[in-house]
Amino acid sequence: MSANLGPQFEIEFERYELSAGLPYHFELGRREFLKVFGGGVAVVLIVPRAEAAQESGRRQRGFEESMPAEIGAWLHLSENGAVTVFTGKAEVGQNIRTSLTQAVAEELRAPLGSIQLVMADTEKTPFDMGTFGSRTTPQMNLQLRRVASACRDLVIALAAKGWNVDAKGLVAEDGEVRDPASGKALSYGELARGQALAKAVVAEDPLLPASAWTVAGKPLPKVNGEDFVTGRHIYTPDVKRPGMVYGKVLRPPSYGATLESLETSAAAAPNVIVARDGDFVGVTAPSEPQAEQALAKLEAKWKTVPGPSSRELFQYLKANAETGGRGGEPFETGSVEEALKSAEARLEQTYTVAYIQHAPLEPRAAVAEWSGGKLTVWTGTQRPFGVRLELAEAFRIPEDRVRVIVPDTGAAYGGKHTGDAAIEAARLAKAAGQPVKLVWTREEEFTWAYFRPAGVIEVRGGARADGTLTAWEFHNYNSGPSAIRTPYEVPNQRTEFHPARSPLRQGSYRALAATANHFARESSMDELAHALPHGGMDPLEFRLKNLKDERLRAVFQAAAEKFGWGKSQPAGGHGLGIAGGVEKNGYVATAAEVAIEDNNVRVVRVVTAFDCGAVINPDGLKNQIMGANIMGLGGALFEAIEFENGRVLNNRFSKYRVPRFRDVPAIEVVLLDRKDIPSAGAGETPIVGLAPAVGNAVFHASGTRLRSLPMVPNGLKA
Amino acid sequence: MAKITELQVNGARCPIEADEATPLLVVLRDQLGLTGAKYGCGEGQCGACTVLLDSNPRHSCNTPVGKAAGHSITTIEGLAANGRLHPLQQAFLDSGAFQCAYCTSGMILTAAALLRVNPHPSEDEVRRFMNGNVCRCGTYPRIVEAILGAAETMAKNKS
Repeated sequence: MSANLGPQFEIEFERYELSAGLPYHFELGRREFLKVFGGGVAVVLIVPRAEAAQESGRRQRGFEESMPAEIGAWLHLSENGAVTVFTGKAEVGQNIRTSLTQAVAEELRAPLGSIQLVMADTEKTPFDMGTFGSRTTPQMNLQLRRVASACRDLVIALAAKGWNVDAKGLVAEDGEVRDPASGKALSYGELARGQALAKAVVAEDPLLPASAWTVAGKPLPKVNGEDFVTGRHIYTPDVKRPGMVYGKVLRPPSYGATLESLETSAAAAPNVIVARDGDFVGVTAPSEPQAEQALAKLEAKWKTVPGPSSRELFQYLKANAETGGRGGEPFETGSVEEALKSAEARLEQTYTVAYIQHAPLEPRAAVAEWSGGKLTVWTGTQRPFGVRLELAEAFRIPEDRVRVIVPDTGAAYGGKHTGDAAIEAARLAKAAGQPVKLVWTREEEFTWAYFRPAGVIEVRGGARADGTLTAWEFHNYNSGPSAIRTPYEVPNQRTEFHPARSPLRQGSYRALAATANHFARESSMDELAHALPHGGMDPLEFRLKNLKDERLRAVFQAAAEKFGWGKSQPAGGHGLGIAGGVEKNGYVATAAEVAIEDNNVRVVRVVTAFDCGAVINPDGLKNQIMGANIMGLGGALFEAIEFENGRVLNNRFSKYRVPRFRDVPAIEVVLLDRKDIPSAGAGETPIVGLAPAVGNAVFHASGTRLRSLPMVPNGLKA
Repeated sequence: MAKITELQVNGARCPIEADEATPLLVVLRDQLGLTGAKYGCGEGQCGACTVLLDSNPRHSCNTPVGKAAGHSITTIEGLAANGRLHPLQQAFLDSGAFQCAYCTSGMILTAAALLRVNPHPSEDEVRRFMNGNVCRCGTYPRIVEAILGAAETMAKNKS
């Protein structure tokens, strides 16, 4: 897929090419390490340049100026045995602080309690592209394992040297090295004492096979869980700095509006500062209520521009779509037209998906502080280094004058790639001459944060009477190219992504367009199965008949078995559906049972089978799969942004329905733990099966085919 | 507008200074440093700001501080007693009933109010009582499990 998809897709691009080997060797900044760490053992992981430097050719750094760009992570073992691991990844609720700690404990063979992760702090941690694309587990987990295993070898070597024995006979376990022959033992801290070792490792060190894992692969509770159940954890909106004031931003009445005039005199009050910079207007005050009052007293005149509404959205996207160009070349094989002519069952349908909001419970927020020409910003983002660059560009200062710190964040779901709140807070802090906290309101979130793209998907398909697929044509307008290719065997195909001019600002969302594309594809497959002559074919049988991919077949079969597919008829008013697919090396199949009650759709039961290779933290993985299904319920059934003339009409939780306790079905998860296959990420892909499985079940129950996400924002119309 | 100068929070008298209409949430967070209660929506729709007012769950985001004065307020910071976690806090840890955990304080306090009036709730009663609290990460099944687990623990502790 081309990276050249235009500005709104720039951040969606997230497939790197792994390349082996180092192009050259460089001097490790050993002195800098020891200055910072004051002794002990440090291990640095070198990431080949091609993998590290993918962000639009932008340079990247970590650890101020002294650190070379190729460092992916590092670990320090102090002289008292404390292990500190530095990674640029951010914790946004996916529990990677726990899974990464677990990976280090496993390879280092040190107690979990001795390991601390420093994450997503641009001054302390090495450069990282960002926490998205389900890359943490397949990539960072592996990298930290390498670093930790190298450190283990180092302490074993230190012990061997000290005892004058062969390292091969020594055992590392529970934070100490033992010599079974002599019974001697030394803790890692004792071994690190008086040392000043810094070692660089590349990707070749042998790792424990998944089958030999002891800690990893077992459920592990959140490592800093107690901070959360006691309210002690400091999220960005909880950060407090000396002399800090509160900021508010004046929002335009609609998208694209420009400021014509501003009268500020009514807002004047002691300690209230009004800042204007072009169309940006904001206030600061000693308390949030005072800032709100001052904001309300600003008299602004805006020049608005007309815009389309959500009622005509899909016509708009089709009318503003491109063919070729930014969308890349279509995938084409055989002749769809010829195959359709001779097909014995045909389908031609259009599916749509609405714009939706991520609506993380922690809104976008930032605390910004200028000191000695240097800017420090605390903010919840998935791209700390990206936000650092945004800040440097916004204020025309070098990146090394900007520090971005990401406290463990109240979720993101792909929605926190940009630094909007960070830039606003920093601008206000500059005007106020004091640190500023800015927390977006929920209404601001629903209007000014970027949206999951809406889209139109047109499908044509054809099959022979025996259920063999012969033709497949698939066009996605605007929503995105992820998982756009069918995993089924079809000799004649045409698949194309058409970028369009989006009326709303759009960006990443958990699983990207894989949700939309799977909804369209797996609904179409269901429709085709039912359209086959002689009363159709069982939808699962139809899929398996056209599927060679063993891993995908396996999850379909596992989900069907657990669900009891084909074993019994559902109760009256109930229906059953199944759907599945593959994305980012994760294989998923979801079966759903729905009940139609008073023209409402209630999802009763969901079974998801998932294969993401070797399972690292089954408990965390199950939590992610359940969460993905529940989040997916919202977009499947009722979430949609309504807008008109550049204004969002449903900008509150009272007007935008999200899944709640009573919406939640019984959810069962089947994990296919493939110890022989490297782990893939899992935070996203499990979401893609739910919507089509539910849609197919609604058809089974009612005979009504729902082709728009959300499917039943206003109930099921008779 | 009347000024409020004192609140009773977590068993202590806390001097404050706020107009009576100021949301309780703002006073707790910005004046008393009790940031366990979270802003999520400002309209009582998500439950992240839940605190207990005389043991009843209240959305502190749309409760004026004037209405809270004179009542006993419990925040998540005041739930653990004598350095020991409340059974609900322990149960949330044991069940892994969170992902990003931004909703957790509100969930635990709402559940504490439920178990006070209904020490042995059914699964369905838990869902109904908790329905005003949103977990965007979707950990609802584990939250239900944690609440039912805590109810069991609390019953055992009593007997």
